[in-house]
Amino acid sequence: MNAESSPTPILEMRGITKHFPGVMANDHADLELYPGEVLALLGENGAGKSTLMNVLVGLYRPDEGEIYVRGQRVEIHSPRDAATLGIGMVHQNFMLVPTMTVAENIILGMTDLPFAPRMDEVARRIREISQRYNLEVDPNAYIWQLSVGEQQRVEILKLLYRGAEILILDEPTAVLTPQESHELGRIIKRMTDEGKSAIFITHKMEEVMEFSQWVRVMQAGKVVAVKKTAETNPQELARLMVGREVLFRLEKDACTPGDVILELRDVSADNDKGLPALRGVSFSIHGGEILGIAGVAGNGQRELAEVVTGLRKVTQGKILINGQERTNKSPLEIIQSGVSHIPADRIGMGVVGDMAVADNIAMKGYRQPPLTEHGILHPRRILELARRMIETFRIATPSPQTHIKFLSGGNIQKAILAREIDACAGLLVAVYPSRGLDVGATEAVRRRLLEQRDAGRAVLLISEDLEELLTIADRIAVLFEGRVMGILPADTADIETLGLMMAGAHESKE
Amino acid sequence: MRIVFEKRESVSRRATVLVPVVSFVVSLIFGAILLAVSGANPFVTYAAMVKGAVGSWYGITETLVKAIPLMLTGLAVSIAFRMRFWNIGAEGQLTLGGVAAAGVALYWSQGLPGWTVLPLAILAGIVAGALWAGIPAVLKAYLKVDETLTTLMLNYVAILYSEHLYYIAWRAPGYNSGTAKFPETAWLPQIAGRANVGLIFAIILAILLWLVFKYTRWGFELKIIGENQTAARYLGINIARNIVLALLLSGALSGLAGACEVLGLSRRLQQGLSVGYGYTAIIVAWMAQLNPIVILFVAILMAALLVGGDQIQMKMRLPASVGLVLQGMILIPMLAGTIFTEYRIRIVRPEKHAQPEVTS
Repeated sequence: MNAESSPTPILEMRGITKHFPGVMANDHADLELYPGEVLALLGENGAGKSTLMNVLVGLYRPDEGEIYVRGQRVEIHSPRDAATLGIGMVHQNFMLVPTMTVAENIILGMTDLPFAPRMDEVARRIREISQRYNLEVDPNAYIWQLSVGEQQRVEILKLLYRGAEILILDEPTAVLTPQESHELGRIIKRMTDEGKSAIFITHKMEEVMEFSQWVRVMQAGKVVAVKKTAETNPQELARLMVGREVLFRLEKDACTPGDVILELRDVSADNDKGLPALRGVSFSIHGGEILGIAGVAGNGQRELAEVVTGLRKVTQGKILINGQERTNKSPLEIIQSGVSHIPADRIGMGVVGDMAVADNIAMKGYRQPPLTEHGILHPRRILELARRMIETFRIATPSPQTHIKFLSGGNIQKAILAREIDACAGLLVAVYPSRGLDVGATEAVRRRLLEQRDAGRAVLLISEDLEELLTIADRIAVLFEGRVMGILPADTADIETLGLMMAGAHESKE
Repeated sequence: MRIVFEKRESVSRRATVLVPVVSFVVSLIFGAILLAVSGANPFVTYAAMVKGAVGSWYGITETLVKAIPLMLTGLAVSIAFRMRFWNIGAEGQLTLGGVAAAGVALYWSQGLPGWTVLPLAILAGIVAGALWAGIPAVLKAYLKVDETLTTLMLNYVAILYSEHLYYIAWRAPGYNSGTAKFPETAWLPQIAGRANVGLIFAIILAILLWLVFKYTRWGFELKIIGENQTAARYLGINIARNIVLALLLSGALSGLAGACEVLGLSRRLQQGLSVGYGYTAIIVAWMAQLNPIVILFVAILMAALLVGGDQIQMKMRLPASVGLVLQGMILIPMLAGTIFTEYRIRIVRPEKHAQPEVTS
C-alpha cells in the first residue's frame, strides 16, 4: 500500500504551531499518515518531534493548527480523546506498574470496564491479539519479571487492546538489543499488514531506512523535508537533519597502549535493592586506550561506573588505579587519584541546574589554586576559566552567568566534558556520553574522547550504542547480568556477535 | 479566552520588587475587611499600628528589641535552609543559649575577673545553641533521621528544661518564678532604648555570612549541596560533614540570640524567653529568600508588625487575638505572592479566524 493508491490520509496535521517561553517548539508543522504505512519522524533533539506528537495525543494544546483524522477535523484535549480516535503512544519511559500483571496493566485506566472485570476473559483477548501480531507475552506474568523488550511489547499490546489504529513509537529501540530491534521491526510490519499505521520517532538514520515507508525530517520546529524512504539514503537524511554534511567515520590513529591505569580484580557489588549487580568483574585498561562496555541497560553498567568512581561500595574484589589499591575509597579520594567521570544522568548528577555555567565548569577545580586561595574563591579567575572552556569546547550559552539548566542537552554535556577533561589526570569514565545528543554534539563528544586517548589517558566508555563502541573503542567488553561475557578487539568485533553476547550467549540462559 | 499559569524564563527583577509591594497592599485590604467585620475602623487601626511601631522613639527602639532575635534566628535558619535542612529548632536552640548564658552569669561570675564574665556568658550561649543543633545534624547526617521531627521535639525539651530552671532549680528566693538579676558584669549594654548590642552582632554576622556564601570555598560547597545533593556527592563533597558544620553554625547564631535576650534585655532567666522568635524566623528567612542582608530588613518589618499588633491591643481595646490574626492576614498574601516572581499569568486570546469546529 502506498500514497498513490490510497490518497486519503488517515491522519493529517496542518500548520501546527506551539510556543514555549522563548522557544518555537513547532512552527507550522504539517504531517500526513496513510493507512498501513510507517512514517518516520526524524530530527535532532529539540527539533520538535516529541512536541508534535504530544499535541497529537492531547498532552499539549497547539497555539495554531488543525488536526484531521479520517478526513474529519478533530479537537484533541486529552490522551483519552486521542484514544477514542484510535491514537495511542508508546512513550520512552514505560508507563507500567511493576507489581501488577500484564493483563492488569493492560486494562488499567480503561473507563468502560465492569465493576469486577473478568480477568480470564481479558487474558483470553490478550492472547488472541498477541497471536495475531506475534507479540508473545504471558498475560499472567508480573511486569517486574519481564525484560525491557517484553515490557515494550506490553505497551504495544495495551494500545492494540484498546483498538488503536495509529501507533506512535517514541525512540522505541533505545532500550533494545539489536535482535530485539529486529523483532520489533517484524511486529511493526505485521501491524501495518493488518491495516494499522505507525509514526516512528527517531534520530537514527538506519532505523528510518529499516522501518519506514515515508520520512519527515524536522529541524527547529519545522518540517524541512518529506521523502519516500526508498528514494533517499542515510547520508542525505543526516544532511537534511543537521543542515550540513556529517562525517560518519572519525579519524582514529592506531592504539598505543601504555601502563595499566585501571584494574578491576574479581569485583562484585550490589545494586540499590541489595541484589547482586556485578559478579566477579575483572579487566584492565591501559593508558592511551578506550575500553568500551557494551550491554543492554540494567546489566550492571551503572554499578560498574559507580564502583570505579567511589560512589558505590564493592562487596568483593579489588580496584587498582595507577597500580595503587583504591577499593572503596571516597569519591573525593578517587577524584584526587586523577579519575574524571561523565555521569549517565547528566542533569541529575552532572550539573547543578540552578547555578551558573561558569560555576558548573569550576566544580572540580574550585578546590585548588588558582580558583581558590586559603579558602577564598576568585570569581574573576572562575569566569576566565569558564570563558576559555566555553570557547575551546564550543559551548553555546548566552553568557557564563546563565543558569546551566537553560542550555540544551548537548551544551550541558559539553560543559561537563570541559570540566571533567580539564580535571582528568589518568582515567576518564564516560557513561552514555552521547545519549540523546544530536549528530553534531555526538561527533564533538566522540572526538574529545579520542583526544583523551591519544593524550595517553585511559578511557572507560560505557555505551548502549554499538556503532559508537565500534567507532571509537579499542576493545569492547560485553556485560550481561553483571558478568563480563568476553572482551573483543573492536576492529574484529561485529554487531551480530556483540548482540548475541549482550543477550547472554556465552552462557546458556534457559 | 484562556488563562494560563506559566513559569517565567528567568526570575524577573521587576517582579521581585513589585510582587512584595502588591502583596502587601492586598494584605492590607484583607486585614481591613477583617477589622471592619470585628467592628473597628480599619484606617484608625492601621494608623495606630504604624504609630505604635515606628511613630515614636520608644516605638522604634521597641521594634528593634524584637528585631534583634528575629535577625539572629532568621540568619540561623537560613544557613540550614540553604542546605535543604529543615531546622525548625531555632526556638529550642535560642532557649538553651539563654539558659547557658544565664548559668554562667549567675553561677560563674563570682570567681572570674569581671571583664571575662560577659564574653564567657555569650560564648556559653553560642556553644549551647550549636550543640543543641548538632544533635539532629549528626542524627541526620550519619543515620538519616528526619530532621523536622528531631529539631521540633528538641524544642520542647529545651523549653521545658528552661521552665524547670526558672520555676524550681534556679528560682530566686521570694519570687514565684524567675532567677535573680544577673550581676552587672554580665549585662550586655543597651544602645538605643532597650535595644542592645545584639543589633550590632546581627549586622556584622549578616555581612559575614553574605561574604561567606558568595566568596568562600565552603559557601560554594554548601550551595552545591543545597541545590543538588546527588551532584555534590559525585563531585566529592563530604555532605555529612558539611551538614554538621552548617548546623553547628546555625545553632550557634540561635544560641547567641538567646544569650542576647537574657543578658541584654531581661537580665535574668524568666518566663518570656521563648515567645516564638524561632518559628517567626522561618518566615523571615523565606520572605528574604535566604539572603542574609535582606533578612535584616524583613526582621525589622516583622518586629514592627509584632509591636504594632501589641499596640492596637492596648490602644484600640481590640481582643488580643485580633493582633495575631492581623499578622497572619498580612503574611499569607506576602508569602503566596512570592510564587509570582517565578510564575506569571498569561491570558491567551482565541484565534481570530475561529470557525465552527467538528469536535470529537
